[in-house]
Amino acid sequence: MLLIRCPYCQEERPELEFRHAGEAHVVRPHNIADISDEEFEAFFFHRANPKGITHERWRHVHGCGRFFNAVRDTVSDRFVTTYKAGEPKPALEEHKA
Amino acid sequence: MAEIATRMGPLDGRSLATNAVVIEAARPASRIALRAPSASLAALSLALGVDLPDRPKSAASRGTRHAFWLGPDEWLIIDEDRTDLNVACRGAEVLHSCVDVSHRNTAILVSGARVEDVLSAGCPQDLSLEAFPVGACSRTVLGKIEIVLYRTAEDDFRIEVWRSFSDYAFTLLTEAARDLSS
Repeated sequence: MLLIRCPYCQEERPELEFRHAGEAHVVRPHNIADISDEEFEAFFFHRANPKGITHERWRHVHGCGRFFNAVRDTVSDRFVTTYKAGEPKPALEEHKA
Repeated sequence: MAEIATRMGPLDGRSLATNAVVIEAARPASRIALRAPSASLAALSLALGVDLPDRPKSAASRGTRHAFWLGPDEWLIIDEDRTDLNVACRGAEVLHSCVDVSHRNTAILVSGARVEDVLSAGCPQDLSLEAFPVGACSRTVLGKIEIVLYRTAEDDFRIEVWRSFSDYAFTLLTEAARDLSS
């Protein structure tokens, strides 16, 4: 079983307590009523789905209940790091080991 | 003849004692789900008579009253004396939300030499004393349901479980206990 570090519980917890919640850092446009259909489509539907390092939202749904962000490698399924919601993307160099 | 309604607990009369563990239903208690920002903690602690813990996976107790940290702004408060906790919270005139969940939850007490093994049949957390010391409390998973787990002593746990899930939880624990004792 994967262990995922919850930045609010400050501890590694079993993956069963967590739920995936989509791509992270998707910013909702402030002028949502003004943007074109194509721009809305890009914001609402299009996701990067990369092979390799990806930024995702996760929720510690059966623990503290908080949403947080995680950097995960989609190839190895390894969690590189996790950080609280609202914090900027971490510099990844320091986590490569 | 006067008709008297008798309240039935969901696990009334059920218990199991093996050479590995004892599993029994806890007495009815009053409970509230409390949400509050950190600025309200001091006043709420004073009103409830128990210091609300602010560290993850921790709990605080005074007498029969227990406060469990569930999230950064979320607590479960239990009073085994069935005092009305909503009334106690009214004493704190600070921003907070408290909802009486006394009848939503019920509790199962599991104790005995192999209590960790029995719980580990359904709970994925590390329940060793180093990772889950006496007094630790956490919302987590038991099989396919959510529970709040509280370690009251080295070989003694309290499991807070939603009432409608309590049959599942109790059965899972008794099956695990039978596996261990056979």
